[in-house]
Amino acid sequence: MSNAVTALNGANYQGLATIADQGLTGMITLRGDLASAGIKAAVKSATGLDVPAQRQALMGKGTAALWMSPDELLLLCPYAEVGERLAGIEAALKGQHFLAVNVSDARTFLRISGYGAREVLAKVCPVDLSPEGFTPGMFRRTRMAQVPAAFWLDEAGNFHLICFRSVADYAFELLKVSAQPGGEVGLYA
Amino acid sequence: MLILTCPCCGVTGEETEFHQGGEAHLKRFGPGSTDDDFHTYMFAKENPKGAHFERWRHNNGCGKWFIMARDTVTLEVYGSYPAQTHEPPQHIRDAITAKRPGWTWREFA
Repeated sequence: MSNAVTALNGANYQGLATIADQGLTGMITLRGDLASAGIKAAVKSATGLDVPAQRQALMGKGTAALWMSPDELLLLCPYAEVGERLAGIEAALKGQHFLAVNVSDARTFLRISGYGAREVLAKVCPVDLSPEGFTPGMFRRTRMAQVPAAFWLDEAGNFHLICFRSVADYAFELLKVSAQPGGEVGLYA
Repeated sequence: MLILTCPCCGVTGEETEFHQGGEAHLKRFGPGSTDDDFHTYMFAKENPKGAHFERWRHNNGCGKWFIMARDTVTLEVYGSYPAQTHEPPQHIRDAITAKRPGWTWREFA
């Protein structure tokens, strides 16, 4: 059995904001008719959460349900439990047209926290990240400098960011530069 | 810089979040069509000064295709609508008429 590690292997940087690798996280891509009862039951069984509304992120205890597109969700759960939760999804959607795949090792999961978090992200994403424009529970897929990324904000003011594993190093270095002391813009201060 | 709204996920973003995918409302002439029809389909594109219809993809977002009406002179976006639409919806036509009375684009006006 191979020893699974994240691409960044627990990297952490403290600057205007703290950028931290969130470690191994179970991720399931679920595609299908999001309005159907089957998907609702599948999301419930995998995360204990409801189906998120358009561009919404729902967070539970160690789980999350994220709205990726009109027919796609990303479900988060503990890394070791992906197999059994995937089985639960497949049971709930038996006979229906759907797709559920374990993508845990295809993604990098970062947390951006601290007083400069909004600014650090705003420097590299074409998104209105003002406190009025981006509120907790909102989920956004966008471009982060040269790579696609998705992030959401929790009630405590931490950003959770997901991007492809293949660009993990680029994403981390980019956010590091954005968070370098001396680079304050003070737009949201 | 174009500011556009994706009709699939509702995000309003700037153009680097999206990607242009060529002219919209094309009728395909594939195998079995005449050479003239295929040539026209393949090479004869609209290049208007004014209102234009294009396919766009929200490639850094929800990944869906849609159609956008924009102005090639002012870079104004008249609106966007789902890719499964065969002709421009009335509210898009009205928005163009308000700025460019008497506009035409292929068979639409």
